[in-house]
Amino acid sequence: MNAFTPSMVMAILPEILLLTLVFLVLIFELIWKKEDGRNLGWLTAGGLLLILVVSAFLGKPAEASTVFGGMLRYDALGFIFKMLFIFGAMLTALFMMDSEKLGQRGESYILLLVATIGMNLMATSADLIMLYLAIETTSIPMYILAGFMRDDEKSTEAGLKYLLFGAMASTVMLYGFSLIFGFSGSTALEAITGFSMPLAVGIILLMAAGIGFKISLAPFHFWAPDVYEGAPTPVAGFLSTASKAAGFAVIMRLFIGLFPTGQYAQMWTLTLAILATLTMTVGNLIALRQTNIKRMLAYSSIAHAGYALVGAVSLSELGVGSVTFYLIAYVLTNLAAFGIIAAFSRIAGSDEISAYAGMSRRSPGLALAMLVAFLSLTGMPPFGGFVAKVFVFAAAVEANMIWLAVVGVLNSIIGVYYYLTVLKVVYLHRMEGENEEAHPIPLTRPYAIALTILSAGILLVGVIFGPWFNAASAAATGLF
Amino acid sequence: MIPISWYLIVAAALFSIGLFGVLARKNAVAILLGVELMLNAVNINLVTFWRYNAPETVTGQVFAIIVFAVAAAEVAVGLALIISIYRNRKTVVADELDMMKW
Repeated sequence: MNAFTPSMVMAILPEILLLTLVFLVLIFELIWKKEDGRNLGWLTAGGLLLILVVSAFLGKPAEASTVFGGMLRYDALGFIFKMLFIFGAMLTALFMMDSEKLGQRGESYILLLVATIGMNLMATSADLIMLYLAIETTSIPMYILAGFMRDDEKSTEAGLKYLLFGAMASTVMLYGFSLIFGFSGSTALEAITGFSMPLAVGIILLMAAGIGFKISLAPFHFWAPDVYEGAPTPVAGFLSTASKAAGFAVIMRLFIGLFPTGQYAQMWTLTLAILATLTMTVGNLIALRQTNIKRMLAYSSIAHAGYALVGAVSLSELGVGSVTFYLIAYVLTNLAAFGIIAAFSRIAGSDEISAYAGMSRRSPGLALAMLVAFLSLTGMPPFGGFVAKVFVFAAAVEANMIWLAVVGVLNSIIGVYYYLTVLKVVYLHRMEGENEEAHPIPLTRPYAIALTILSAGILLVGVIFGPWFNAASAAATGLF
Repeated sequence: MIPISWYLIVAAALFSIGLFGVLARKNAVAILLGVELMLNAVNINLVTFWRYNAPETVTGQVFAIIVFAVAAAEVAVGLALIISIYRNRKTVVADELDMMKW
């Protein structure tokens, strides 16, 4: 078990390559100091694309195994999530390039890459020590990125709020870990068994609080709107997609790994099902009255965490597959939404929904991308969001949780209202003075490339969902 | 030998005091201190469990070392953010950091 084999390098190939890229960015920042900072963005995005391709071909596990002395799992679930994080980081790097202050500094790309390494490890860790370290490796760079614009009052406030909430939540979860270690004598997820009743309840609640923070479940969601509003928009997009997906990967590993069957399984699925109901309802209802589009998307992303959780509590192969598929569609959609907002507010200088009046005339292309992204968030066919919701609710019905599917469908209907309100402002309202042609919104090349990829991806996942769903279902095989 | 439960009670008490501090204090630095108390409670737990249950392995010790290394990194970032807030706003009181609400 402790002997070194080449397959162990393959297990952490994406992380090794990411770390190499970190050093490359560090070196080239010094070399290119006097020149345009956007070169670093192209380097990061191009490097991530290369990493994505290389590890997609070389890093695919043949069969599930545990490597590095039981620290990491090398299986399909980890693989597909790693690809998702690297893809998300690549597009975030593209969005960051023309973002004020973020794009000109090498640090922002380095922090982005380090956070991606942390997420990769979160999705693969098989040991509580590794898991805690991975969660913090993800969180600490994200705290800094959220507060990256030091002179901006909102950004620093967002960074501090994120840090205070985040540190508290991860410590609560860590207390749960220490109890698990104490009462089972081991930190390896495979070896942990045998809890007495009250203890298991406590551990489930402590862990639900910690992970609930990461994926912004209802009673632990207070940080999300403030942080998304204050943080630089590309960072908010990354937080709401890749960071959240990493939290779901941990849910599947930790809860399904620790309590796969029996009365404790019923207990945590019920706990999380109640949290999911609360999350969907709170997120959608508060989103209705938002006037700032970033806050609206924050509440919408809270609601989406609720939908995805519906699949996780189904505790079946279909459930895990559907969550993974949901996250693929959601990452594409929400990254596109935040990218559009970043591109728009860079020119228009406002995140208020009312400022989007006449956008379809100011930039037809951007408005079209917004139509695709928001209809996918709503859950309209033929976009990815629709198929994803169908699978998640199907998993709930299969697991005899029909009430949960009904709650989810009702909530989707509430969601239609606020997404379409934004589209109404974009397409039907006119700008003040009705001279939209005089205020065009030019798209720079990184935005154009990224939004094209994402819009095409949303359509692709929605129309040809078979291969994607098969890949997502393969993730489930290593768990049960 | 002192029973294991004594240590666990101390750790639980420390954790609760820390949590109370995080939830009740207004000053951002004090909130960070509360988090530190909670982390130290976890460390007491880890070392106790290691000593009483599994002294032949190093798992508990390694876990504790990693926890306080991470805690140090977290506090460094936290204090840096607090300083940058103080430069902008001339306050570190959490109640006054209310630019964004609802």
